[in-house]
Amino acid sequence: MNLFLLTIDWWFIIEKLVLIAVIVSLCLIIAMYETYGERKVAAYIQDRIGPDRAGPFGILQPLADGGKLFFKEEIIPNASSKYLFVLGPTLAMITALLTSAVIPWGTSLEIGGRTVGLQVADINIGVLYIFAVVSVGVYGIMIGAWSSNNKFSLLSGLRAASQMISYELAMGLALIAVLMMSGSLQMSVIVNKQMAGALGGFGGWNIWYQPLGFLVFFTCALAECNRTPFDLPEAESELNFGYHQEYSSMKLGFYLFAEYINMFMSCILMSTLFLGGYDIPFVNETNLAAQIGQNWVALLSFLSLLAKAFFLVFVFMWIRWTVPRFRFDQLMHLGWKKLIPLALANMLITAALILWLNK
Amino acid sequence: MSQIQFTNRAKAVDRSPLNFIERLYIWNILIGMFITIKHFFKKKATIKYPEQKREVGTAYRGLHILNRDEEGRERCTACGLCAVACPAEAISMEAAERLPDEEHLYREEKYAAKYEINMLRCIFCGLCEEACPKDAIYLSHTFTPTNYHRKGMIYNKEDLLIPNPTTQPEAFAKAKGLIDDKKKK
Repeated sequence: MNLFLLTIDWWFIIEKLVLIAVIVSLCLIIAMYETYGERKVAAYIQDRIGPDRAGPFGILQPLADGGKLFFKEEIIPNASSKYLFVLGPTLAMITALLTSAVIPWGTSLEIGGRTVGLQVADINIGVLYIFAVVSVGVYGIMIGAWSSNNKFSLLSGLRAASQMISYELAMGLALIAVLMMSGSLQMSVIVNKQMAGALGGFGGWNIWYQPLGFLVFFTCALAECNRTPFDLPEAESELNFGYHQEYSSMKLGFYLFAEYINMFMSCILMSTLFLGGYDIPFVNETNLAAQIGQNWVALLSFLSLLAKAFFLVFVFMWIRWTVPRFRFDQLMHLGWKKLIPLALANMLITAALILWLNK
Repeated sequence: MSQIQFTNRAKAVDRSPLNFIERLYIWNILIGMFITIKHFFKKKATIKYPEQKREVGTAYRGLHILNRDEEGRERCTACGLCAVACPAEAISMEAAERLPDEEHLYREEKYAAKYEINMLRCIFCGLCEEACPKDAIYLSHTFTPTNYHRKGMIYNKEDLLIPNPTTQPEAFAKAKGLIDDKKKK
């Protein structure tokens, strides 16, 4: 037994546990400040200032909001299905956090002679894993909406399910073109392939080769995150609040939080797949590592990934405060009759070009 | 179809079907995003209220004050004209006769022993100010009164009286300045 314990690479387990803890807490903090960012962006676009009372520039506002949600009364409706009612937000939160497992967050660190990769699991089906987890994410909303036993919630759950399933198709099709170019589902391979491009990796970004694919993927990501103009499951004016209408206290908080984590994760995913991942543009990472050390490059590359993701998050918010909500038939029309044919055409053209150029 | 127009600002709505570029959404969404980002960098309209206050016009009608004369005596004689003029019936008062040793307190033989304005009823029309023959009641530039109880919103003489010019000249000048502002109009 003792010999068996010795065979386990304890450092490996510790390093992964620390990495998981850091990434999960990072996601939570970023989601918190996304709510703040959203309010500020909304305010600035509407010629207002936004929250500025809690702390300097209102930076403690998310804490105040979180504290408020914690102290709210926890209400579980009598007519609801109690077990599923609790399961809904739990599932939404878990699936939102699970996606972070396969994202490569930066180049590897070197601590005491060990190379520590900034990726929890570098599995060879990374993209597939993300799609699988995102699909489960629909259940969080559906179960919550259905178990509330409220007609508005139910309608919203219906909308969420059909919307997410329809847009996942176009999303997957847009992604296939990227996967054909990289030749792998492994996230680290996709990033490395882009980093090998011209101009220190900048020329290798997939967005230059797949602009249409990026556009389709971006639109679908908006729909997957239930963001305006595709926020039909929430549609305040029609469904009063949508699937989280019966929820209160931190269960509501979990739903809102999961939405912001989803938004952050999809922006990270888009940066990884299309914007070169943790690649620092115009810089050759290997040469830089020789100059300033591997660990600094790891930090810089991580910041580069965050900068790209934050820019995309800003664009998400920018779109939210620009474009009004689609009607449901328009949404389905756009998804099935426009985005899917576009993504299909994009895929076929990419495939044909790859065949032609490799001959 | 003709319709009555009072201004020439009406614009005909363009109901022509969407052309190809418009049907693509993308271009029009980009135009919209350009408009919103322009607003992002514009000057903000917000006034941070407790620290900054909106400038009010000289004719602004805020909370009432009861005026004193230059020797610090109350001008109000409790004639009741303001209460009669008040359309919201917010003013009530009780008159009393001035005693011989109170001549430094009240300007004339009769004065208001009790003078109350219910600020929850008041509509700030300023008719009391116009009705007053003694220059005793004015609407100041103070606004947004707050209180924890309805009772607290019934202002009595203590709340309404202007500071005494002989004992508190600075506070009086401050309140008086607003009155002079109003007279200039």
